[in-house]
This record gives sequence, structure tokens and C-alpha cells, in this order.
Amino acid sequence: MTDEILLSVKDLVKSYEGTSEVLNGISLDIHKGEVVVVLGPSGCGKSTLLRCMNGLEEYQSGSITLDGEKITKNGANMTALRQRIGMVFQSYELFPHLSIQDNITLAPVQVQKVPKEQAQAEAERLLERVDLLDKRTAYPRQLSGGQKQRVAIVRALAMHPEVMLFDEVTAALDPEMVREVLDVMLTLAEQGMTMVIVTHEMNFARAVADRIVFIDGGVIVEETDPETFFEHPSTERAKQFLKTFTFEKKA
Amino acid sequence: MQDTGLSILFRGINFLRLLQGLWVTLQISLISVGLSFIFGTLFGMLMTVKNRFVQAFCWLYLNFIRIMPQLVLLFLVYFGVTRQWQISLSAWSSAIIVFTLWGTAEMGDLVRGAIVSIPSHQYESAAALGMTKQQIFRFVILPQTIRRLIAPSINLITRMIKTTSLVEIIGMVEVLKTGQQIIDANRMQYPTGALWVYGAVFVLYFLVCWPISTLAGRLERKWR
Repeated sequence: MTDEILLSVKDLVKSYEGTSEVLNGISLDIHKGEVVVVLGPSGCGKSTLLRCMNGLEEYQSGSITLDGEKITKNGANMTALRQRIGMVFQSYELFPHLSIQDNITLAPVQVQKVPKEQAQAEAERLLERVDLLDKRTAYPRQLSGGQKQRVAIVRALAMHPEVMLFDEVTAALDPEMVREVLDVMLTLAEQGMTMVIVTHEMNFARAVADRIVFIDGGVIVEETDPETFFEHPSTERAKQFLKTFTFEKKA
Repeated sequence: MQDTGLSILFRGINFLRLLQGLWVTLQISLISVGLSFIFGTLFGMLMTVKNRFVQAFCWLYLNFIRIMPQLVLLFLVYFGVTRQWQISLSAWSSAIIVFTLWGTAEMGDLVRGAIVSIPSHQYESAAALGMTKQQIFRFVILPQTIRRLIAPSINLITRMIKTTSLVEIIGMVEVLKTGQQIIDANRMQYPTGALWVYGAVFVLYFLVCWPISTLAGRLERKWR
């Protein structure tokens, strides 16, 4: 992790039409090489924050910048900016009509004009890293959820993004498949990738995070290192939230 | 020798006439299908435009065509337009116009349905990879739309082929009408001719529609 700020969110306010604010003044700096995990109860706005960071949502005020360049939904250079921001979704969203290899090479070839052979070699190299090289000619429907999600991560990585956003990427997976996806993310973190992760996997959050950001009601309630957050949360709201993950046998 | 009913088909040029009738059927249906696919694709894309006036227009067109029986549409174009605007339309052109109007409406609705059935996440995950709107449509949405359209559009083609038998009421002699003429002309000689002639017409329709359905099934399995 360095001091260089890569992604900067300032006073972000976002509301969907006709509702109260989902995000109510969020400010957050993501440093290069940093892994930030965003936690919070359902509906607290953490996914919306992530979607704003990739220009998938409009926002009412405030600003989001990548290296000083402003991110807005219909911004003129959004396609260029999005190439620098990888995003992985809860429901994988592979392209069902394309083979695994073509899923991965589509954007590099069409958007970045990488020669096809080079893109394929890169896809194979990345697939090897997630143990899926033998699936490169398969179609998404032939893969398990965990395999699909690993391909979705590889697809985003093939664009050589500077920062990766993960939006509850294990929420739709069977428990035994969660691990294989989280392991890939842990490896990425170790290699120094800048990451913003929204998750409900508390043990994973603790292991991977450099910093925990706890959001509730559209504002940042607590922002600290994982050790402090999980052992000595300073706010009542965070204590309550953490309690929902522990179970005790009723007397 | 006692003539069996079957030999009515091979008397004179009867069978050739049936084939000529089939050719008329095929001409009308295939030209209309071709035009309907082109206009229907455009109409379907138009239906997804988020503009109240465009949507009202599309709704009106689709429902007008759907509610009107094809028979009425044929009368309306063949007799109505001719009288009203002094335009002389042949039965052939009228048939093409009516079946294209109908096919465009039905095909358009299929295209619209296929486009809106692509989950919004597909657009988003493609956008997140830095693809432009045009690239997303061409490489992600369009190929999936086409795959979803195969079964319902093949169904529409065979429906259109079968419905062209209506054009006899504006004086066209297609395969079914030809069959009726053959039966009428040989009523005395072949009292049971109807069964054989209609049977032959059935087989001809089957021979046309069956390969199309088979092709659709094969494509669907391939692109499942």
C-alpha cells in the first residue's frame, strides 16, 4: 500500500427517484494497493456506493474521481475510465452465448484492440492461475457457480484494471464454493491489487482487509483497521451489526 | 379398369397444377416472411424506445393488426384501398401487403420480447468492461436476442405459410384452391376424390413446414 490516492469519493449523495437518500454524504479515499472492505446491513447503500464508483449509477451531488478524472454515469470518457476499473457482480453475468475463452477475450480484443492471439494467451495464463484452464472451450452453463465467478474475476482482470470492485461476489454461491472464490481474491490482494470489496463474509473481511468501512443509513459510521473493528468496535451500531453474526444456544 | 380415388392426382396435369398452386403459396408466404423479418426487427427495436408517442403508435399498430382477422385485412386492402384512393392493386400485391403488415406486427412483438428479456445485468457487466453502447448491442445483446428468437419466429413462419390459404377469397389460386378446383372438376368421375386431393395438399404443406421446424430444433439445440 502506498500514500498515492487512486480512487476518491467526496461528499457523495445518491437517491433513487422518489425515495430518501441511499447515500448521504460519503467520503472515502482508496489508496493504491489498498484493500478496503465495505460492511453494513442490507440496504445500507454499500452496493450502491460500488455501482457509483463504476459509473453504473447517477448521483445527485459530490464527486468520484479516479486519478483526478471524474466518474459519472454518462460521462464522455466513461468507457476509457471503466477499462481501468474492474467490477465483479453477485450473479457473475458471464455472456451465455460465448465460450469461457471468448468471454475473457471479447473486451480486450474489441475495446483495447489487443491482437486475438495475444488476448488468448493472456486468457490462458489467467485461467491457469484460477485452475480453470481445462474449461476454456466450455460454455458458462457447464460451469458451477464458483467456477463461473472465478471466470468473471479473470474476465475483469484481462483488461488490466488498476482497481477491482467486488459486489457481494459470494452471496449467490453454495457454501462449499465460497472458499475457492475467496482464495482467488486473497491471492490478488497479496499481489498488491487495489480492491474495494462488499461482502458478508466476516472472517474473510478480517483476513483480507487493510481497512474496514462500516456503512449504515447511507453514512460511514465507523472506519478503522480490521483488528479494531472486530475486537473493539467503537459505535453501538457496529456492535449490534457484529452480534448478528454470532450464535449462542438459547438456555 | 376401375379408377381408384388416388389416380385423380395423376390424371392429366392435376398434380402439376397442385405444385403450381404450392408455388403461389410459397411465393406469397416467403416474400412476406422475408419482408416481415426485416420490418419486424426494426419495429421491435422501435417498441423498446422509451418515448410515449412512439410507444402509443406501436401499441396502436400492433393491436389493430392483431384484432383484425386476416380475412378482413385482405378485404380492406384489396377492395377498400382500391376504391378509396383509386389505386389498382393486384391480388398478389394485396396479399403480400397484408401478410407483411401482419408479420411485421407479430415479428416486432417477438423481437421486443427477446430484447427486454435480456437481463439488465448483461448490459452492466459489458459496460463495466469498458464496452461502448454499440459494442454491447452488437456483441452481447444481439447474439442472445437472435438465439431467443429462433423458436417463436419459426413458429410464426409456419403460421404464415398456413394462413396464406385465405388469399383465395381475393381470387388467388394457391395450393388449397387448386385442390378444390380439381375436386370440383372431377366430382362425377371421382366421388371420393376429395379425400385424396386434400390428403395431397396436407402432405405438401407438411413437406414445406417440416424441414423448417427441424432446422429450428437443430439450431436451438446447438445454441442452447
